[in-house]
Amino acid sequence: MGLLSELWRGLKVTGSTMLKTIGGSGLVTTEYPKEMRHKPQRFHGRHVLNRYPDGMEKCIGCQLCAGACPADCIYVRGKENDPESPVSPGERYGYVYEINMLRCIFCGLCVEACPTEAITMTHLFEMSTTNRQDAIYTRKELLMDESGKVPHMFPDDELADLDELNTADGWLRATAPSGVAAYEGVQMWQGTPGAASWDPEPSQEERDRASEGDDG
Amino acid sequence: MTWAEFWIIILRVVLTFGLLLVLTIVNVWLERKVVADMQSRIGPNRAGPYGILQTVADGLKLFFKESVTPRKVELGMYVLAPFLAVVPAFLIFMMVPWGAPFMIGDQEVALQGADLNVGLLFILAMSSMAVYAVVLAGWSSGSKYPLIGGVRATAQAISYEAAMGLAMVAVVMFSATQGDGGTLSLAEIVERQSGTWGDIIPAFEPVARFIPRWNIFPQIVAFLIFLIAIVAETNRAPFDLVEAEQELVGGFHTEYSGMRFAMFFLAEYVNIFSMSAIAATLFLGGWNGPTFEGSVPAIISGILPTVYFLLKTYAIVFLFFWIRATLPRLRYDQLMSLGWKRLIPGALGWLILSTFVIAFRQFGVPWG
Ligand code: SF4
Ligand code: SF4
Repeated sequence: MGLLSELWRGLKVTGSTMLKTIGGSGLVTTEYPKEMRHKPQRFHGRHVLNRYPDGMEKCIGCQLCAGACPADCIYVRGKENDPESPVSPGERYGYVYEINMLRCIFCGLCVEACPTEAITMTHLFEMSTTNRQDAIYTRKELLMDESGKVPHMFPDDELADLDELNTADGWLRATAPSGVAAYEGVQMWQGTPGAASWDPEPSQEERDRASEGDDG
Repeated sequence: MTWAEFWIIILRVVLTFGLLLVLTIVNVWLERKVVADMQSRIGPNRAGPYGILQTVADGLKLFFKESVTPRKVELGMYVLAPFLAVVPAFLIFMMVPWGAPFMIGDQEVALQGADLNVGLLFILAMSSMAVYAVVLAGWSSGSKYPLIGGVRATAQAISYEAAMGLAMVAVVMFSATQGDGGTLSLAEIVERQSGTWGDIIPAFEPVARFIPRWNIFPQIVAFLIFLIAIVAETNRAPFDLVEAEQELVGGFHTEYSGMRFAMFFLAEYVNIFSMSAIAATLFLGGWNGPTFEGSVPAIISGILPTVYFLLKTYAIVFLFFWIRATLPRLRYDQLMSLGWKRLIPGALGWLILSTFVIAFRQFGVPWG
């Protein structure tokens, strides 16, 4: 009898869930292409290569991202800048830059490794292609143009939401610097890709004040 | 046999077969929808209104897929096994009366594939045949997971078939007291459940005349045992150790693909429906129910019995889905101990008890 009453308890759970679902509440899934779900701020989507507000490329071709990538899917070749018309403020710039999106696990370690915030992630994740070649994103697809617009592989695709390419994953903002909670929301880094301006970094005194009372 | 009789037999078989196929297609969809609802999901909703054509789409897809034959299979058995699964599944339902007989001219058409006088025995035989399909599929695949699935199927079928048979015996024995001698014909068993208990137990007339004369009331324990046994017999969760995706990939059908896999799939759902139909027939009075003859048009009172039959059957089919969405799979030793230590002794005890009750009612108590 204990068996049957336990069974009944279980049946009640599923039964009431069913009634709730039929009543139209408590759905945990959505009809995806028709109805997009809100993405959390730190959602890891497609990468983008950023520029400085003056139009210079941020990537200095150092290959640290390629070294950090656990999936080994970034290929970078640096090239000396021409002193007359430099592409990046550094000594070199990312001359070849490829990410194989089929291998990428969207861990964000490349973003963490990059010393110049050249590579960041956006909220776009609709990247299906019909051939493997298209899944390898090159400089052409990754790099934003001088006005801060990020290119989309298939801009005519009905699922292509170009706004998502302009939303940064927010990882940098949320964890820098040294993970001190008091800095949450303080704009230390550029919040969005593109040439947008951002608040100047707070001075050292301000930072000390902000971290007062914080053991970190 | 005259030509008229011949055509009526053809008509009966085609009608029954058609009903079964259509309802099976609906059932696959229904299960996915019900389980989705129970898991707060939407479920299939792309093909057709409410996704009801999903099964058709899946069937078409499987039809056009290659049937991969692995190198190590025992070819003959491997090809035969899916047919061994499907044919008994369809034959079982042929025994079930699914509506009141009607007249075409002067010929009576019973809505039943065939009315064997050993219907129940035939059902038991066919449901045991279906186990061969699983065992042979598992063995002939030449790979270890299907083999384990097949071996499990043997042991499971033996233990639960015993309980199922014993539960059936109790009903058949009871049903024998309700009419003129014992019968194994399903049409006859249904016939004997018509009316209400009012005519049988005059003492409780005022109450009893609202209770239909279904076998479930005197045979509730047999009904429960039968229900559990048919879930196990059709290899459904929580007794789906034969398939057990998490342990055995796909169990006995791991090596099957394309149309051959589709046949196993079809057989499973046909079995669910026919077993539920048999439970409804044996315990819930089959197609019996108030038809309001005379006060509604003849066509409605002709269709109502089929509606009652489907309602009762779907109540049990729904229970199948509900239990599947609720219970986790049993461990193998739990399956065995439930079968041998609880169901079979329970069924035997109930059988003995009802034998005594029936005997005392028939022949009087020895001390009286
Ligand atoms: S997100 Fe991770 S896997 Fe993808 S490119 Fe960056 S480091 Fe590699
Ligand atoms: S993206 Fe960053 S880490 Fe990668 S090569 Fe460019 S500057 Fe270096």
